[in-house]
Amino acid sequence: MRRLINQKPSRAAAVALGILPFLLLLLLYMLASEARLAENPNDKLLPAFGSFVDAIDRLALTPSRRTGELVFWQDTLSSLSRLLLGIGISAAIGLVFGIIIGALPLARAKLAPLVTAISLIPPMAILPVLFIILGLGELSKVVLIVIGTAPFLIRDMEARVREIPAEQIIKAQTLGGNSWQIIIRVILPQVLPRLLAAVRLSLGAAWLFLIAAEAIASTDGLGYRIFLVRRYLAMDVILPYVVWITFLAFATDYLLRVLSVKAFPWFHTQADQEQKA
Amino acid sequence: MNVEQQRLKQADKIVSLNQVRTSREEKMSTQPFIRVHNLWKEYQQQVVLERLNTHVEQGEFITIVGASGCGKTTFLKMLLGTERPTRGCIVLEDEPIPDEPNADRGIVFQKYSVFPHLTVLENIEIAGELEHGWLTGRLFGNRKRALRKQAISMLEAVGLGNASKKYPHQLSGGMQQRLAIAQSLLKKPKILLLDEPFGALDPGIRKDMHKLVLNLWREYKLTIFMITHDLHEAFLLGTRLWVFDKVRSDPQAPEAYGARITYDLPIDREDANDFEQLKEQLGDAEIPALSK
Repeated sequence: MRRLINQKPSRAAAVALGILPFLLLLLLYMLASEARLAENPNDKLLPAFGSFVDAIDRLALTPSRRTGELVFWQDTLSSLSRLLLGIGISAAIGLVFGIIIGALPLARAKLAPLVTAISLIPPMAILPVLFIILGLGELSKVVLIVIGTAPFLIRDMEARVREIPAEQIIKAQTLGGNSWQIIIRVILPQVLPRLLAAVRLSLGAAWLFLIAAEAIASTDGLGYRIFLVRRYLAMDVILPYVVWITFLAFATDYLLRVLSVKAFPWFHTQADQEQKA
Repeated sequence: MNVEQQRLKQADKIVSLNQVRTSREEKMSTQPFIRVHNLWKEYQQQVVLERLNTHVEQGEFITIVGASGCGKTTFLKMLLGTERPTRGCIVLEDEPIPDEPNADRGIVFQKYSVFPHLTVLENIEIAGELEHGWLTGRLFGNRKRALRKQAISMLEAVGLGNASKKYPHQLSGGMQQRLAIAQSLLKKPKILLLDEPFGALDPGIRKDMHKLVLNLWREYKLTIFMITHDLHEAFLLGTRLWVFDKVRSDPQAPEAYGARITYDLPIDREDANDFEQLKEQLGDAEIPALSK
């Protein structure tokens, strides 16, 4: 018998082992739901799967009687556009300021303390300020995501820029490059894949701020819907929405990873090699 | 006693045995290529280099040895422009050396000298593009085609003709150093600085690299400064060997005095027996660098 730390599952076994906990959870839910419904058919806490199907059919496939929209898709579209706009602006800010602060010591002296201070403000604490200044429209929600994620991205990009070996920067100077050329030909291409990695990490926070902003002041969106139906204990809507949000989060993460592998092959093969070594 | 100190001691012996040592300064013409004038380098209380005075002519291949921390790399950095002298100056062709790196002085470090996000060919091309494509750092059209031709012939010159589409991490250490050298050479630098370029390579590959560097040095009529830990390498490649060491030392305050060039030794490559003779006189066992 080999030691436990040396026992590795085969590929098929790994997949099976990965799926197993999900199946167990699902089974557990079904058993619990059935037990509760047997006692009280009107129980709302753990609805049967049939109720989920009904709810999804009502929200996703039948136009709303009030507005004529497909509520579920409208919510998804609103939330995703806010999220992508927010994270996109954050990534752009993170990239530009991260490179400026990381590459130019003069800018670092000026801006780094400010960025550090801003990054320490709890974004939720200034949400009311955003509502007061920017109103309850789309802008305040997007700005909350930006405020919540941009400081992290700036600081991460700065760290990544400063990780580039000084030898490379010196070498680029001996090849005749000026500051601008070195930034766009040596620094920028090397931090882009790292920006994608940082964006993937900050997506969790972005969702958090999105749902929070939608819960407080909104007229559509996934977060808005969950908090709206909460007052009717409508678990048959809330749970499918949560699963859908989880799937969307997974899908964006996956797409970013694929994009990174496709766009920056050198980065990923290099990382693989370092892992093996 | 560590290996380095041993090697330095041996260098000492070699020098004392070498009766033909000449004073270079007497032979110098009036306008030396590089003039080091009363050079000092201090970090706060610590004196690293003191009173360096020397001349270097175009086409010399200077190999620099010395214990770690004796200022070899500091001296190279001052030539490169990333460190400034505390006192004195280095003059290159009548102009003081600028205090930041530029295309006059090429450098090859022990590692990290090539760009990981560019292919081998792109790594060479960027050397031509940085200076001319002022907005994008790139060249296009005819100029790009001309540059590519030049880059390919440079790759062939250093033996990387077949690897042009690979990324640096797919290359061996020796090939990466070939690439780094080729990058520098494309700029036709007035001086080429090598900071232990072969320190991380296997002995066999190192031998190939020696051949390559000597060929390029002849072909491009380069002036080279090379730091090495390997005395054998220093003798093999250089036309002139410098040993950096402290002349004075105060045991109570080891940082009070800096290193100087204690030996400035011409190596006559025409008389290949020179080194062999020294080796014989000293006996093989005395030079660990040789028995490797």
